Amino acid sequence: MDENKPVISIRNLTCGYDDTVIVKNINFDVNKGEIFVILGGSGCGKSTLLKNMIGLYQPMNGQIFFGDDELTNASGDKRDMIIRKFGVMYQMGALFGSMSLLQNVMLPLEEFTNLPREAMTLVAKSKLAMVNLENATYKLPATISGGMKKRAAIARAMALDPGILFLDEPGAGLDPISSAELDELILNLSRTLGITFVIVSHELESIYKTADRVIMLDKDVKSIVAEGDPKHLRDTSENILVKRFFHRLPSLGKTGQKKYVPSRNKDTR
Amino acid sequence: MTNRTLPANHTGASIRISANGDRIRLGLSGRLDAPGTAFVWDDAITPVRKGSYAHVDADCADITYLDGSGVALLLKLREEAALSGGKLELINIKEEHQNLIDLTWNCDLPQLKKFKERRGFAVAVGESAGEILDGLYEMVAFVGESSVMIIQSIRHPGLVRWKDVTLSCINIGVDSLFIITLLGFLMGLIMSFQSAVSLERFGGEIFVPNMLGLVMFREMGPLVTAILLAARSGSAFAAEIGTMKINEELDALTTMGLSPMRFLVVPKLLSSMAMVPLMTIFFNIASLVGGAVVMLSLGFPLVTFTSRVFSYLDYGDFAGGMFKALIFSILVAGVGCLRGMQTRNSASAVGLSTTSAVVSGIIMIAFADGIFAMAFYYLGI
Repeated sequence: MDENKPVISIRNLTCGYDDTVIVKNINFDVNKGEIFVILGGSGCGKSTLLKNMIGLYQPMNGQIFFGDDELTNASGDKRDMIIRKFGVMYQMGALFGSMSLLQNVMLPLEEFTNLPREAMTLVAKSKLAMVNLENATYKLPATISGGMKKRAAIARAMALDPGILFLDEPGAGLDPISSAELDELILNLSRTLGITFVIVSHELESIYKTADRVIMLDKDVKSIVAEGDPKHLRDTSENILVKRFFHRLPSLGKTGQKKYVPSRNKDTR
Repeated sequence: MTNRTLPANHTGASIRISANGDRIRLGLSGRLDAPGTAFVWDDAITPVRKGSYAHVDADCADITYLDGSGVALLLKLREEAALSGGKLELINIKEEHQNLIDLTWNCDLPQLKKFKERRGFAVAVGESAGEILDGLYEMVAFVGESSVMIIQSIRHPGLVRWKDVTLSCINIGVDSLFIITLLGFLMGLIMSFQSAVSLERFGGEIFVPNMLGLVMFREMGPLVTAILLAARSGSAFAAEIGTMKINEELDALTTMGLSPMRFLVVPKLLSSMAMVPLMTIFFNIASLVGGAVVMLSLGFPLVTFTSRVFSYLDYGDFAGGMFKALIFSILVAGVGCLRGMQTRNSASAVGLSTTSAVVSGIIMIAFADGIFAMAFYYLGI
């Protein structure tokens, strides 16, 4: 495949639920080997966009290409082939509660490869070791911490060695140390294995640390408001929405600008 | 009515009211926390509401402590004053209290929307009909998909996760062995005893085994087993799949390229189909034992009982019962899984789908049993 060709291309994508449009008519590319971050405030449609990209929801309009293959209209074996190109880590890990970490990681191997069992166990263990969970191999998801769950989920997503990993809010709900460890892990995997990462996040620190390129979505604009290197955006962008986000400015000034107008509503009596 | 007593360790709160022309002065003092505010609430609000004063002055000099409840009282006073055409003024307020008040003072208070949607009868009927049709559509789609899956797994047994099937069989069948045997024994015992008491008047206790065998093998066996399955396993299926859905585990399966239908539903359906007929056999046999106990205690020899049971029952009765059990098991397990898949995103939704799984399961059993009764009658089985 052409090295410079984007691994994911989004064309004129519109997505939402029922008849509510959440992001409208967006276009972007993700290049091979980069760490690409989708960011934006709460409710701006980051997760919705991600779920459309991984084929959980059908977009209202537009196309999603993985290389030359279009996910939106694929079905059957073709779709399975495209889906096999990426792994997904969900916000809370979504590990199967009745299985140990090892079994969780082995599951995709059991289903899609015909490796001998010994080999599968070895592959699964090495994936767990890659995310520093070699000591928790036989534990159940309920008995490990949030950070460990996320790492185990990354191990499971990598089980079949996909070229692309989607991470949904990897840093959310983690303490600073675990979060930093996760950033290190992402950088490490990206550098050593050349995996392309698509990350949904709003944790500024880890974005600065890991992201090669970001796009920023906004709830009201319903579209991409900025695209580029996060530090560059922080330092140079003139867009008020971008400034607010990167400099953590609240959108309302100090409370107390509105005048009290007595209402004739008697409900509170 | 507000609470007019203060807790024992409360330092007290009180209000002094002095009215003068179109001016009223409320002297608030003491500790305006939740109990204190509750204590003075009515005394403070009523005069402002009743009279229409142009100036309401709240003297806050003697307030020793103020929290959210106290601020709420001041906000309410302001609203009441405004509604009767006056204006509230806070005087002598301490700075620390002023800071707290400033946080909320200038915001509009959220108002309950007095907004009642009026819908015409036709619209309401149309919407409910739409919901029912949607439900039916989902059910039909689910039945179709699961039938295809079952046929596929019969043709390619390698695709089935047999380990899950075995585990599920243990859950559904083996673990319910005790309760199903107990139920069978007791029902056999009770039914034989009750009918023996009635038939005794006509000297017809000897017919009890005829009735018992037929009723248990044809009707009660499959019915009770299926109801037990709905209560024990249908609910468990819905809860398990529902919880997995909330934890995004179903999404995880889908994005791994694994179908939740094949992964979760098929093993449950297959194991129910395998276990329920077996459970029915256990139920039937236990009920015969129960009946035998009654007949023995009435003084009949065991051989009379067995020969009467088996002379009156034929293979068709047994097979009919087994067939019913099989169909019931598919219905109950299927609806349990379907309700699990339909779970929305909250913990209470899991509870709802569990309930719904049991209720729909039992309704479907009842309907199917009615259809079977008619069909068997006309087919002469």
